[in-house]
Amino acid sequence: MSAVIIARHARTPAERFKDAAWVAFIALLLGIPMVGLTTVDEGGALAVHTRFGMLGAFVGASFVGRFIFRWIMDQVRSRRAAKPAVVKVDRTPQAIKVIGWAVLGASIALPIVFSENRYVIDTATTVLIYVMLGWGLNVVVGLAGLLDLGYVAFYAVGAYTYALLFSHFGWTFWEALPVAGAMAATFGILLGYPILRLRGDYLAIVTLGFGEIIRVILVNWTELSNGPNGIGSIPRPTLFGLPFDRNPAEGTQSFATFFGLDFSGMHRIIFLYYLILVLALLTNVFVSRLRKLPVGRAWEALREDEIACKAMGMNVTNVKLSAFAIGAMLGGFAGVFFAARQGFISPESFTFTESATILAIVVLGGMGSQLGVVLAALVLVLLPELGRNFSEYRMLMFGAAMVLIMVWKPGGLLASREPTIRLNKAVTAGGEA
Amino acid sequence: MSSATLLSVENLTMRFGGLTAIDDLSVSVPAGKITAIIGPNGAGKTTFFNCLTGFYKPTTGSVRLVHPKKGEMRLETLTGHRVARDAQVVRTFQNIRLFPKMTVLENLIVAQHNFLQEASRFSIAGIFRLPGYRKAEAEALKTAAHWLDRLGLTGIADVAAGDLPYGTQRRIEIARALCVDPVLLCLDEPAAGLNPRESAELNTLLLSLCREEGIAILLIEHDMSVVMNVSDHICVLNYGRKIAEGTPEEIRNDPQVIKAYLGEDDEETASGGIAA
Repeated sequence: MSAVIIARHARTPAERFKDAAWVAFIALLLGIPMVGLTTVDEGGALAVHTRFGMLGAFVGASFVGRFIFRWIMDQVRSRRAAKPAVVKVDRTPQAIKVIGWAVLGASIALPIVFSENRYVIDTATTVLIYVMLGWGLNVVVGLAGLLDLGYVAFYAVGAYTYALLFSHFGWTFWEALPVAGAMAATFGILLGYPILRLRGDYLAIVTLGFGEIIRVILVNWTELSNGPNGIGSIPRPTLFGLPFDRNPAEGTQSFATFFGLDFSGMHRIIFLYYLILVLALLTNVFVSRLRKLPVGRAWEALREDEIACKAMGMNVTNVKLSAFAIGAMLGGFAGVFFAARQGFISPESFTFTESATILAIVVLGGMGSQLGVVLAALVLVLLPELGRNFSEYRMLMFGAAMVLIMVWKPGGLLASREPTIRLNKAVTAGGEA
Repeated sequence: MSSATLLSVENLTMRFGGLTAIDDLSVSVPAGKITAIIGPNGAGKTTFFNCLTGFYKPTTGSVRLVHPKKGEMRLETLTGHRVARDAQVVRTFQNIRLFPKMTVLENLIVAQHNFLQEASRFSIAGIFRLPGYRKAEAEALKTAAHWLDRLGLTGIADVAAGDLPYGTQRRIEIARALCVDPVLLCLDEPAAGLNPRESAELNTLLLSLCREEGIAILLIEHDMSVVMNVSDHICVLNYGRKIAEGTPEEIRNDPQVIKAYLGEDDEETASGGIAA
């Protein structure tokens, strides 16, 4: 669309007119199937009707909208150019710190404020699962720069490890958690080995394939995974052995009886919320610490220049495998929590869409930024939720929001990078939480 | 100053399919001196570097290093990163390869990865910040600070390396290589893109590294003002073969060399360059 004018100079009215006309033309092309034609139920049969009036309005609105939009943009730009350049003090690290603590405070207070609102806490739990997954994938994509499109495979490995350990050996959540993490890490290394030499697009394709392989195995290996029917009645996690049941087994205590509370279904929901909050925070501390260690710096150096890493005597193989293993392990932990929260898992929960969502969270957040992942997870989970009122336009809104964010913030929501070590210790600032 | 041989390359040949990039090359690099490799574009200089530093595996031939502490090593048998890690033969690149988004200091700390990684004990000592790791980190920081100071980079230590001017980036790359604690420093066109003042500074730096720190330097360079002023020994390559070897004075007057630079179809380094 070279005809859509992207000029730096102020536009002449003729240029603006041409630009808006092009946009209107595109709107017409798109609008014919989307607006111009509609299906109507005529006594059981579907018939296609035309809505030329509406199409005309749509095209007209696009034209006028574009014209005004460009005019406003020009005004803003010329005003900005007229303003003298102000010396900008970079306050990003402090701002990140403040936002980080605010988000942490809000997330701790949330279940207390909304203690009776199941929907809010459930949604917040979902956000936190994605935050944890985002932090895990951030190691692989954000820090080590290895584009992984099959991250959901490790999530699935974690979830299925717990489900299978429970159904065959009766393991509890807490027993299965470390094993599932180790299992996912093993799969991470298994995936890592054959793709050591690949990078960029090729790496992405192989990881995409890996994600699909795991899912297809889960669908087809019925004896192991119960196929598409999934595995059900997975036990919920307990608080140091105290279950959240209405009627605990004879001679045992439940959370409610132990603390002398009236039973409430909300207890478990809130407990799950705090559990994932703690897991996510541990993940954050773990990854933030690793980032400041030789291994974390090596990941970032690998992202920046693999050949230079080699010339510095760095074993690139180990660096890559450690990134895959740690990222996979964190995904595995999140998977165990997911299985325990849902109580039922099937391969359907681990499709490519999930991988894409997690990757979108990392990219949208700003590669490598821990707080960015939180903000992006909030946006990506909450936008579709908030959009429910708009029914069928929900995904359209969602897509538009994504495009707008990427236009305004091409480096992600938080693109600034905090050094892992400073010569001048006086200027210390952290990006934790 | 000893003139013992540090590195001796014997009958090195590197073929890529039908193309022979290096043909039966034998060179020896003395310890504690500056040796320059010059030659027209495409003479095989960088390929030679790649063979030395483990990036290519030579087709035939041997590369022996007499390591001051570890004794004799065969570099052609070491793969990839092990040349830098075990043999401490460290290189820079013709087109600067820094870690652009990391700060200058981080670049220098990353160069000490193996030392720090060992101290972090599979990151466990590092995660809990045990004293052993903290001590190692302080030591690495000290090494980095030393070289930052030496190359005049202290003021910009916390700036992202990619945001700095080209000449500065060249110095950072050398500082980073020095942090690996090299016994042989291989510099691939360190003066490329530098202005005359910067190349003069580079001369001083190379000479002081060699004379004061005793680091042997192997240098690929087109800038004759650098080559002729700092080199103790020059080796001239053309079409993968060594056509001359000797002191700067000898090379300047060598008919073969003059022919290689003037008689062939090379454009950029004419006689003026040689005489500089």
